[in-house]
Amino acid sequence: MSRLLQRIFGRLPIGWLQLTHKRGRFAAALAGVAFANVLVFVQLGIMNSMAEATLRPYGFFDADVMISAADANALAEGGNVARQWMLQALADPDVNDGMGLFVGNVPWDRGGTDITLTTFGVDPGRPDFVTHGLTDGLMYLQVQDTVILDRLARGLPHEEAAAIRPQTPLAFETENRTLTAMTTFAGGGAFGGDGYMLVSDQTFLSLFPSRSSAAPDHILLRLRSGADVAATIERLQGLISDHSLRIRSFVDAAVEDLRYQQTQRPTGVIFGFGVLIGVLVGLVIVYQVLSADVADHLREYATFKAMGYRPRFFLGIVIEEALVLGLLGFLPGLIVGTAILTVMGKVTTLPLAMTPGMAVTVLLGTLVFSVISGGIATRRLAAADPADLF
Amino acid sequence: MDSDPIVEVRGLNHWFGTGEARKLALSNINMTLTRGGFTVLMGPSGSGKTTVLTLVGCLRAVQEGSVRLMGHELNGASAKELTALRQRLGFIFQAHNLHESLTALQNVIMGVQVRPGLPDDLARHAAARALGLVGLSDRLDYLPAKLSGGQKQRVAVARALVGNPALVLADEPTAALDKDSASDVVDLLKRLGARRGTTTLLVTHDNRILDRADRILTLEDGRLVSVKETAAE
Repeated sequence: MSRLLQRIFGRLPIGWLQLTHKRGRFAAALAGVAFANVLVFVQLGIMNSMAEATLRPYGFFDADVMISAADANALAEGGNVARQWMLQALADPDVNDGMGLFVGNVPWDRGGTDITLTTFGVDPGRPDFVTHGLTDGLMYLQVQDTVILDRLARGLPHEEAAAIRPQTPLAFETENRTLTAMTTFAGGGAFGGDGYMLVSDQTFLSLFPSRSSAAPDHILLRLRSGADVAATIERLQGLISDHSLRIRSFVDAAVEDLRYQQTQRPTGVIFGFGVLIGVLVGLVIVYQVLSADVADHLREYATFKAMGYRPRFFLGIVIEEALVLGLLGFLPGLIVGTAILTVMGKVTTLPLAMTPGMAVTVLLGTLVFSVISGGIATRRLAAADPADLF
Repeated sequence: MDSDPIVEVRGLNHWFGTGEARKLALSNINMTLTRGGFTVLMGPSGSGKTTVLTLVGCLRAVQEGSVRLMGHELNGASAKELTALRQRLGFIFQAHNLHESLTALQNVIMGVQVRPGLPDDLARHAAARALGLVGLSDRLDYLPAKLSGGQKQRVAVARALVGNPALVLADEPTAALDKDSASDVVDLLKRLGARRGTTTLLVTHDNRILDRADRILTLEDGRLVSVKETAAE
């Protein structure tokens, strides 16, 4: 290692030699940096999983435009939209088809384990509005009280979910009704529910008697092939007389939902602060280690100053130390962070996992903040006055 | 020794502090150090010996008077110029000031690596040779903590001389050593310096080493009170 660094820096790797001279302190410093990395990884992992969990249900549907109530910041939030606006929208020459989408949470008492399923009510006669993996199952929904169940739902044993097929359906009680799962799809746990369920709009209305078929939560529109989405939306905004409605492209709705979850909802803000705190903890740990190291070697640095070494030489030593700490502290942080995210993902069924993007981001962030810490720590070098050596 | 001046000091005055607390540390110092000479600077504590050393060694700015080092006027020189000049000097400190994390060889390499552009293997070879000259060929990979006081100071001598400096400034290099070690270190310094034409200015209280000096300068209360040429070899 020493020879490799000597080749890289073109001088004795004094930073490396200083750090490794006191192995106990070096190990503690690496543990500190690794801890800060783990903090950031876990918080970033949760943030990423929140983003993935927020966008996942949008992936169940295939639409170009979504009409929602003014307060509908998320797919499962906000008021209803009158179905009449869908009929009005269909008057636009570029709007091919429309469907009301109902959303509600259905509790499932599994005998000691209550799970909540975010339930979407769709028109089973409009397979174009669901994505490919769900199209085949949609025909089963024509039968009242049948459902397509999320086989990755939190609290649903894997073996039980795997056994669900049309020949061996799973019947279960909820909201005083017996529902029958004929088939499954891959969803997963989220922050607002343990999993998902697709039902027909009629089944949905029987599960939620207070809801009306005339007022779905959102209206999904599919446009004619090659239609200009933005131009159509602009026309729809003039066509639909309720100007309080949010008429957005389906993609924009997903992006706005994500932004809302990350910046307006407490969970998003808390995880964002978690990342910040992890970064600050890392910054402080590296600064403390480097600052103490500079203070410990002030006399040696003063000696080097007397010998004619220039300021950039000292900056190089401290930056070398910062990079060593950042790089070597990152590796155990990556291993522990990956392990924690994997375990958390299995327990919660949230999409928690270490991604290459996260690893690279944290590595670069660690190196940048280590170098910043090193830069700050070199201010103490000014105290190394070679004239004081005599 | 030839008469080529390495250091010329003329009318040097130096103060510490400001305002009413301003105190004269050196008053009208005049001296010349010629190439290859071994000069001892003596005097009681507070007489100004260390101040002379730091001014000649480019570690403090000259306030009044003239100090010419290897032909360069230090009064008014920039920090960058002073740093560049220091690269051509050798320093030996009372407490040896070896870097605890570096081996003897690496400490000596630091004495020559200060000059940019020197290949690694050449620096390593020069350092190993310098340690050989001070009798430490078998201690190249020892950390300072594993060396005796005398051995550490010999490493410091090797570090000061490895770059073939024109001038070595030594501050009480024998203060922490026993009689034999002190004698060894000063003999080494004088012998190796003479061989390379290096000028040495050594500050000491140690009367045991005066017989090695070519010249003894004595300071009292910031004034140079005596200059004694000796017959030392």
